[in-house]
Amino acid sequence: MSEPDILSPSVDPRLLEVLVCPLTKTALEYDRAANELISRKAGLAFPIRDGIPIMLPEEARTLED
Amino acid sequence: MADVLRDAAERLLDRLDDTSRRFVDALDVGGRGVVAPMLRDRGMRVISCDLSPAMAAVNGGPCVAADEEFLPFGPASFDLIVASLSLHWINDLPGALLQLRQALRPDGLLLASLPALGTLAELRSALTEAEAEVSGGASPRVSPFPELRDCAHLLQRAGFVLPVADVEDIRLLYANPFALLTDLRAAGETNAIRQRTRVPPSRALFPAALTRLPVEQDRVAVTLRMAVMTGWAPGAR
Repeated sequence: MSEPDILSPSVDPRLLEVLVCPLTKTALEYDRAANELISRKAGLAFPIRDGIPIMLPEEARTLED
Repeated sequence: MADVLRDAAERLLDRLDDTSRRFVDALDVGGRGVVAPMLRDRGMRVISCDLSPAMAAVNGGPCVAADEEFLPFGPASFDLIVASLSLHWINDLPGALLQLRQALRPDGLLLASLPALGTLAELRSALTEAEAEVSGGASPRVSPFPELRDCAHLLQRAGFVLPVADVEDIRLLYANPFALLTDLRAAGETNAIRQRTRVPPSRALFPAALTRLPVEQDRVAVTLRMAVMTGWAPGAR
C-alpha cells in the first residue's frame, strides 16, 4: 500500500482514460511526480491542481526541448 | 445553488425517460454542481467539465477544467453528453458541437438546453422600456439567444442524426423582483454581450424596470424559455 499523497490528490483513473490534448487531440503522458499531463505533440504540460486537470492551453507550461 | 438551474436541469433530464436506452458514461458540460448528482442518481459514471476550475470542482466527482471550444476528450469516450444551460456562453457553437459529437460513441446522445429567443422576455422588455424612459435610449442588457431553427440546423451541420430542437417554458415566480436578479446572478447568468454599454445603468433603471414586471399571486413572474436540443451520434455501420 502506498502512502496517500495529501498535497497532490491523485487524478481519477477514468479521467486518464478519456483525456487527450485539447489542441492536437493526441494522447497525453501522465507525469505523476510533476503532477502534469504532457502533450509531446503540442509541446505543452497541463497542470493538475487539487486533482483537477487544467486542460486550458493558456494555463499550460511550454516544454523545453 | 440557484433554483433556476435545478428546475431547468430536471426538465432537461426528463427527456431521458423518453428513450429506452440505458446510458453508462456521461459527460456533464457546465452543470455547475446541479447536473452531475442527478446523472449519478440514474446510475451513470459522470465526468464534469467547466471553464472555471472552481466551478468544475463543485460537481463532487471526476472533473476537468476545459474550454468547450477545445475539448480535451478522446473520440468515443461517452454515450451521453448533457449541457444544461451552458452552451450559450460559447463563441464558436458549431465548432463545440462538432467536438462534442466526436466525443460520443456511436448512437450516443447529446442533450442540451439553451435559453431561447423569448426567454426572460418580461425582464428584457421591462428594462428596455425603463431605460428609454430614464435615459432616452436603450442598450441590450439581456444576452441575445439563438432561434429554434438555428439550433436544429447547427446539430445537423455538426453531424448529428435525428436532430430535434423544441421549446419548453418554465414559469419562475419570485417573491420580489430583487430575488429574480439575485438568482440570475447566482446562476452566473449576467449579460454576455461584449458591445453592451460600458456606462453603468442609472440608479433609477433597475427599480423603474422591476416595477414593470408582471405580477401573479403577489409574485413576480418571468418565463425561462429553453430550447432543448437532442441529437444522436451516427450508429456504427
